[in-house]
Amino acid sequence: MQVHRFEKVWLGAAILLIVGFIATIAYGSVGVGVGMVDDTGGQISAEEVQNGNTGTQFDDPGVVKEDGQYVVYVVARQFQFSPGTGDTPIRVPAGENVTFKVTSADVVHGFSVVETNINTMVIPGQVSEVSARFNEPGTYGLICHEYCGAAHHTMGGSVEVVPPEEYDMQQENIDQSADDAQAQEEADQ
Amino acid sequence: MVFVDSYPKTSKLVRSEFLVSFIALGIGALFGVIQALHRTGVFRGFVSSADYYTILTGHGVLLALVFTTFFIAGLFTWAVASSLERELPQRIAWSAFWIMLTGTVLAAVSIIGGIVGSPSILGHDLEADVLFTFYAPMKAHPAFYIGAALIIVGSWVAGLAYFKSLWEWRSENPGERIPLQTFMVLTTMLMWYVSTIGVAVEVVAFLIPWSLGLIQNVDPLLTRTLFWYFGHPVVYFWLMPAYLVWYTILPKLAGGRLFSDPLARVVFVAFLLLSTPVGFHHQYTDPGIPSGYKFIAMTNTMFLLLPSLLTAFTVVASVEHGARQRGAKGYLSWLRNLPWGKPAFAGCMLAGLMFAAGGFSGMINAGMNINYLIHNTIWVPGHFHLTVGTAFALTAMAISYWLVPQITGKKLRQRTIATLQPYVWFVGMAVMSNAMHRAGLAGIPRRTAEPTYDEFAFEGVAGTVGEMRIQIAIGGFLLFVGAAMFLIVMADTLLARRGGTLSVNGTIPEPLSGADHSPRILDNYKLWTAIALLLIAIAYGPPLASMVADGLFAPGSPPIPV
Repeated sequence: MQVHRFEKVWLGAAILLIVGFIATIAYGSVGVGVGMVDDTGGQISAEEVQNGNTGTQFDDPGVVKEDGQYVVYVVARQFQFSPGTGDTPIRVPAGENVTFKVTSADVVHGFSVVETNINTMVIPGQVSEVSARFNEPGTYGLICHEYCGAAHHTMGGSVEVVPPEEYDMQQENIDQSADDAQAQEEADQ
Repeated sequence: MVFVDSYPKTSKLVRSEFLVSFIALGIGALFGVIQALHRTGVFRGFVSSADYYTILTGHGVLLALVFTTFFIAGLFTWAVASSLERELPQRIAWSAFWIMLTGTVLAAVSIIGGIVGSPSILGHDLEADVLFTFYAPMKAHPAFYIGAALIIVGSWVAGLAYFKSLWEWRSENPGERIPLQTFMVLTTMLMWYVSTIGVAVEVVAFLIPWSLGLIQNVDPLLTRTLFWYFGHPVVYFWLMPAYLVWYTILPKLAGGRLFSDPLARVVFVAFLLLSTPVGFHHQYTDPGIPSGYKFIAMTNTMFLLLPSLLTAFTVVASVEHGARQRGAKGYLSWLRNLPWGKPAFAGCMLAGLMFAAGGFSGMINAGMNINYLIHNTIWVPGHFHLTVGTAFALTAMAISYWLVPQITGKKLRQRTIATLQPYVWFVGMAVMSNAMHRAGLAGIPRRTAEPTYDEFAFEGVAGTVGEMRIQIAIGGFLLFVGAAMFLIVMADTLLARRGGTLSVNGTIPEPLSGADHSPRILDNYKLWTAIALLLIAIAYGPPLASMVADGLFAPGSPPIPV
């Protein structure tokens, strides 16, 4: 087969470009450690998520501390994130490692925090796990980016990132008020 | 001798296939402009935001499935008949046409049902606003899935007609090399057979019985994976016919000839081998799939750049040769000596130019890490409006200006409109697509009726969101005008009387480096198909096996009506 000299040069340059791309990505995942969404979240029954009897934290989604790490459990359903939408934004401290665990109670959704690389599909039966650290306090937009039904475009919310000292204070307040409520209850009895 | 006189029966078939594709293009383009105006907020009076998704489903199915498949069927029918110099086997080819048309009508009726209030038909609500990707557990009317399956089965039958032609030709011409156009058609069809298995299994084994209530649950991740097994190769099913045009017809339109026949064959074989084991790159952000499998798919996807980069070289070299034949000189000034006033040439060249830009944004999509920035943002439609919406669609329109006179024997009418049309499309797409890419970088999602939220506002990285919105609306409107201009030229030409001599002919000049230089092993379809299947088994075997390990229908989801 006859291959022109220019064709050979071009072919060589093209292969170099491709190998270069693959090398940068391999370096990104092995060297720098850019994490991928993968199967670490495990599986879950979508129907049990729907009924709230999975026996996991998804039955009472929200921010918890597991082994000293902040973990946010989120359930996506038509057309809201719990927590995330409306009066219940996701609140996390700045500068801390936060892991999001997201699953769906019905159809396929998306979970994307705007201006960050938190971007995952939410598939019924699977748990998406993404870790991130927010260095800047502020309010970040949260959206469902996969079409999930007639009101898909209303499925937006927010992630509120607060300075760590403020976050702890609020948490203590919450704990305090919970204690107060409990004391009140005991007193009533 | 004009094609229509040499092969009257085959010409009638090509005309019918083109007619269906043009009707789909017209309705799809109308849906497109409605969306462009609605989601940018310029005008929301056509449909409610809830019905927007029905329009979006119609736009995707009519343009990405119906327009493409019927146009490709027509182009391939012409290419096989003219390069093998014989009429196509009529009974098979017409059966294919009717099966595809039945499927189209079923799918279209079920989509339109959503606009007219979803009447209950055969115990199911007649609606199908599940978009082009129809991810389970969102459920459409069974007619939608059956229609989609029939369109694909019809395209399989059409392929049989091409293969039968080749076998007949082989028995009369033993030992001869397969003509280049037929080689390209058959390689594309082999790729198509291999890659549509995924969607066929998804629809026939899972979604049709599930939508009818025969099985209770399907695994959303498994059906999604089967969809994407087909979902990326399908773009090569659109692209390879455009390549067929660019390799075999465009050099002639430029006044020259193809640079290298052997390299063209190598490129097509590379697509057959590499097209299918790449689908996981659409699932980079999916849970439930180990990142190792995603990495393998990423490597394959990157190597798939190779045949396209080779094409860029060969096509530009062939066109440059054409310009130099016409007396051009200089490193770049030869570009001026090309027939930019001929719509067939200008359309193909502008489509190729846009495809280069689309290829670059595709490299971003293929990158396993930077994909996170743009996944499911409007960057993605910005990208594929350059590939399917320009590389394929503009090439299809442009080559129709050259092909339709030959299959009808009628001169092209409305030449001024035809001459301007590729430029209108080019400008419209440049305006719309660049704004879509930038809006995607700002995080604005795709597939939404109203990309505005109460809780926060998007901020543009370069330019403001308001300016991007206006550009998308203007670009979308220009594209609608471009489609309308094309359809006016076609309608006037098809309805005109025959008379006078045509200014085009189907003669294709011999390549500079001919088929004799290419190794015979390139014609060995069995070998290439076997290697293609092996690569697929490596890329898809282990992940599919782990998905079905807990059972075919688990973790399962019952249907959820939209």
